[in-house]
Amino acid sequence: MTRRKLEENFFRVLMLLSITIVAGSFFLIVGTIFIKGVPFMNLDMITKIPGGGFYIGKEGGVLNAIIGSLYVAGGATILGLLISIPVAIYINMYLGSRNVIANSLRIAFDVLFGIPSIVYGAFGFLIMVYFGIKASLLGGIVAVTLLVIPILVRTLDEVILTVPKELRDASLALGATRWEMSKVVLRQIRPGIFTAILLSFGRAIGDVASVLFTAGFSDNIPTSLHQPAATLPLAIFFQLGSPVEEVQGRAYASALILTIVVLIITVLSSWLAKRFSKNKIQ
Amino acid sequence: MLLLTILSVSVVIVIGIGLYYKSVPVLDNSSWWHLLTSSEWKPMKGLFGFFPFIMGTLWVTGIAIIIALPLCLLSSFYITEYAPQRVRKILVPFVNLLSGIPPVIFGVWGVLFIIPLIQKHIAPHFVEFSTGYSVLAGGIVLAVMIFPLIVSIVCEVLNTIPKELKEASLSLGATKWETIRKVYLRKAKPGIIAATVLAISRAFGETIAVLMVCGNNADVPHSVFDSGYPLPALIANNYGEMLSIPMYDSALMFAALLLFVIILLFNIISRVILARLERKLAA
Repeated sequence: MTRRKLEENFFRVLMLLSITIVAGSFFLIVGTIFIKGVPFMNLDMITKIPGGGFYIGKEGGVLNAIIGSLYVAGGATILGLLISIPVAIYINMYLGSRNVIANSLRIAFDVLFGIPSIVYGAFGFLIMVYFGIKASLLGGIVAVTLLVIPILVRTLDEVILTVPKELRDASLALGATRWEMSKVVLRQIRPGIFTAILLSFGRAIGDVASVLFTAGFSDNIPTSLHQPAATLPLAIFFQLGSPVEEVQGRAYASALILTIVVLIITVLSSWLAKRFSKNKIQ
Repeated sequence: MLLLTILSVSVVIVIGIGLYYKSVPVLDNSSWWHLLTSSEWKPMKGLFGFFPFIMGTLWVTGIAIIIALPLCLLSSFYITEYAPQRVRKILVPFVNLLSGIPPVIFGVWGVLFIIPLIQKHIAPHFVEFSTGYSVLAGGIVLAVMIFPLIVSIVCEVLNTIPKELKEASLSLGATKWETIRKVYLRKAKPGIIAATVLAISRAFGETIAVLMVCGNNADVPHSVFDSGYPLPALIANNYGEMLSIPMYDSALMFAALLLFVIILLFNIISRVILARLERKLAA
């Protein structure tokens, strides 16, 4: 075997090895969480709020955190959608998809996407101090909304770009205004909007750093926007820091819950995206 | 709609101004240079030296990139060039799934898997004792977190390289690897750099996962088995007492400002490179 052939084979093996590590790390993580989490999993975990002495290993569950997370992620996604659908439409319909300003705006949203959640958290905290809001569901939703807007805008933008130009031209040629044309396009991208919602929800439900300062923590399920709300990732983080073995076990179980939720969301969104690309008019 | 667009983009500027405004008190107290290079961290006395935290961040980010970059490049080459269609269809979803896992889960995994691994199996070969909570653990966890980011961008960049170039190289008798090394690496260089810069900035700002595995000791780390205290972890860990000690909130906001400025710059650089690549392709 020549040296060149040897080199080729050597790197081929190296590549196989790296792809095994990269793709395998997913199984390693999910496997670890499952193995550690399943023994501590029970119905109480997802149906009860922390009882007395929960943090020294007595009865209770993390329902408060599950509901809190759903509130925060749901609220932020809805609020984010209200802002980002008009933005995505503006970029594509009013500026034109390949406009210089539109492209700069895309870069700007990509940059916003790259800003870490801890900065959004700190900024959200500043706003709250400024307006005199205490750590609450409202604060958490506002901070997480800032976090998901770039995701929503860029996903919606990508989806709108897949709508054939002819469709827009046709509606304009029939005398529709740009706004009416946008409605046609919005109907066309409906499955894409669901993908965007799922992506944003998945990111929002798993993020800690942004809610750390802003949403606070509470053992009760919040009943108004001004009450502090517990979130699942934060509950995991707090419980893991406990010296009590029972409580640590609950952290593993909570991690299992969060992992399952996020995996379902990810699989669902990629399935939707695939279906969407099959259905669209070419 | 115009208003909403302007508003949502100007969030960048508002964040910058807000954080700067809040860090003015600590900046009045000591100079930028002093804040960045002093190692004295005594909030009670009003001494805020960020050097250990900056070094902590640099160590974990450096380790993460050193681990992740070669693995991801080789993986991307495999996915785009070697893998049969069927294998690719299985591999790509797993990389995507990995990107969906929340940071806190990575943290739990780090505590359950990486920490014992370092403590029992890796560290004993090099140092006498390590708890496992170290910059190495942070680096490994971060590396896994940035895998999907690098792989997806590099794969996309590799797919933009014209097929003719590859065919020309292969027809001249080059092996596949030689084609990758001499044609692909050269052609994809800007894209790879952009992906790396983006990954660095992601690793820079990651908070909760590193907070959970790095040990959080306000000393400058000297080896990979020393514990470190990255900037984001500092902010997250101290928000509770932030308002009870004078200047403390201002110092923490300065830390956030620092992160924000560095990451903003890195992001702009890499996004502009990537956008230019895309435009070249479209032309």
